[in-house]
Amino acid sequence: MSTLEAKEIKTKRGRRKQAAEEQPYRKKLIRRRKPNRSIAGDIFLYLFLVFVAFIMAFPIIYAVSNALKPLDELFKFPPRIFAQHPTLDNFSDLFVTMGKSWVTFSRYLFNTVFITFVGTLGHLIIASMGAFVLAKYDFPGGNAFFKLVTVAMMFTGWVTQIPNYLLLNKLGWIDTYWAIIIPAFASPMGLFLMKQFMEGLPTSLIEAAKIDGANEWKVFTGVVMPNVKPAWMTLIIFSVQALWNNRASTYIYSEERKTLVYALQQIQSGGIARTGQGAAVLVVVMIVPIIIFVFSESQILETMASSGLKD
Amino acid sequence: MKEYLHKYIELRKHNMQVAVRKAKARKMCYLFLAPYAILFTMFFVFPVVASIYYSFTYYNILEPPRFIGLQNYINLILQDDIFLIGVKNTLLIAVITGPLGYILSFLFAWLINELPRWIRSVAVIIFYAPSIAGNCYVIFSVFFRGDAYGYVNAALMNMGIIDTPKLWLIDPTYMLPICMLVILWMSLGTGFLSFVAGLQGVDRSQFEAGYMDGVKNRWQELWYITLPNMKPMLMFGAVMSITQAFGVADVTMALCGYPSTDYAARTIVTHLFDYGFSRFEMGYACAIATILFLMMILCNKAIQSLLRRVGT
Repeated sequence: MSTLEAKEIKTKRGRRKQAAEEQPYRKKLIRRRKPNRSIAGDIFLYLFLVFVAFIMAFPIIYAVSNALKPLDELFKFPPRIFAQHPTLDNFSDLFVTMGKSWVTFSRYLFNTVFITFVGTLGHLIIASMGAFVLAKYDFPGGNAFFKLVTVAMMFTGWVTQIPNYLLLNKLGWIDTYWAIIIPAFASPMGLFLMKQFMEGLPTSLIEAAKIDGANEWKVFTGVVMPNVKPAWMTLIIFSVQALWNNRASTYIYSEERKTLVYALQQIQSGGIARTGQGAAVLVVVMIVPIIIFVFSESQILETMASSGLKD
Repeated sequence: MKEYLHKYIELRKHNMQVAVRKAKARKMCYLFLAPYAILFTMFFVFPVVASIYYSFTYYNILEPPRFIGLQNYINLILQDDIFLIGVKNTLLIAVITGPLGYILSFLFAWLINELPRWIRSVAVIIFYAPSIAGNCYVIFSVFFRGDAYGYVNAALMNMGIIDTPKLWLIDPTYMLPICMLVILWMSLGTGFLSFVAGLQGVDRSQFEAGYMDGVKNRWQELWYITLPNMKPMLMFGAVMSITQAFGVADVTMALCGYPSTDYAARTIVTHLFDYGFSRFEMGYACAIATILFLMMILCNKAIQSLLRRVGT
């Protein structure tokens, strides 16, 4: 074990050193334009990019500014894009409404957080374990299984919805958190991404650890997992997104187990009297996945830039 | 002949023995894979098989399923006009938004690839945000409102292109194009991220070698160096966009209502939802699901064999 740790530290140090050596080279590449580029083409393309970026961002910016408008501005004609007197009234109204509801806001929040957290954690562990052996070992049935997983990515969850309901019903999981959490463990996307990332890992790393006397579990937790952090992040993002936006209305019907998104969308559909709160809901629902992505994205890019490990 | 057969059986036997020996040596592999494999079989393999089984039955949850052969499929194709509208709409959406969204994802990933790192990460957030923004697409119903309050109507009327407000989301002529627009807006999703990551991973020395060998402009570089390197990501992106394109339902249901005027925005999934969770005709709904499943798989296989030829 101690030798294994020493090895790990050594490889880490080695990588850092390597990254330091690569750094000036990379910087030069960005400063020095590629020789086969025309300036006119560059300018045109970047103007185009800025234009498209504006179009893409506009609905989201509009949704945010809508949520900041006081009620009278929401119904103004002609409508304005930006709020003139931005307030947070809509959000505080939303909390008041949620506070008055039969099931408290904190309970909805707990439901969503619990489902998202447990589902993501379990998915990460189970999918990584499967991905590790699929990527690094050759065993009968492995390839066939992986092919099956890729086929499963080719159809939407709608196809399996009805038999899934019947199955969960048989298991007695309908109307419990597990109806959402357990199927989320098996999401084919996570396993696929993890396996693809692990395949890029040099086999020599694993062999070296094995020669040092580590068993498979040690190799998995000590060598493989620390080296696939970008894949972790990707997996976590996808899982969190799917679970956070899960309305779960078909599998869970008790009000006190419903998710936050479901509750919020109920408010949103409350008609014209809830226009302001509806706009606030839109922002609350979308802001969480976006914020998670913003933070993890920087991490992904960082890890990817420094882990230029290739055989 | 007999001798050949004998040899063949011998070979098979030998192969089996090798496989079993290998499997025994790699027992721990199965242990690692088991948790995932069990859950996957339960929630992905079994439901597909069950769905195909139920599609041959009449099943309404209350009574046990009754076998009726191909009746569900016959009804779907010969009697259910609304289903055919759904198929037409789904195919239309898939054929237009699928490839377009895919190409856009790659194009933008490629364009932002050469930007300095911080601009690139901001750009990734801007482009990727719509696809994870929950139900933010509801905001489009404000833009396309049927009265003069709607931005699109107001703008077009100010410019004098139309003189009365158009009922964008109620008039069947405009429904599908608007839905496609919204779907395209959301189409820079998982595939896009995979492209961004993949482009970062392309070995830079290959580009240097390309300059030496006379790659003249960015388009040649794209076709001869970048794309062949990106093949796995391209495949992945294709799977993602096909899956997304055929599974359209949320957007049309939120924008055009459920059911929509004249069923003009009905898709296969909406139809499935209708029969499965409103009318509880599970057998019929499973037949719809099976057709959708076959369509998606076939389309994926076709696209994949096409993509294998990229860069050759």
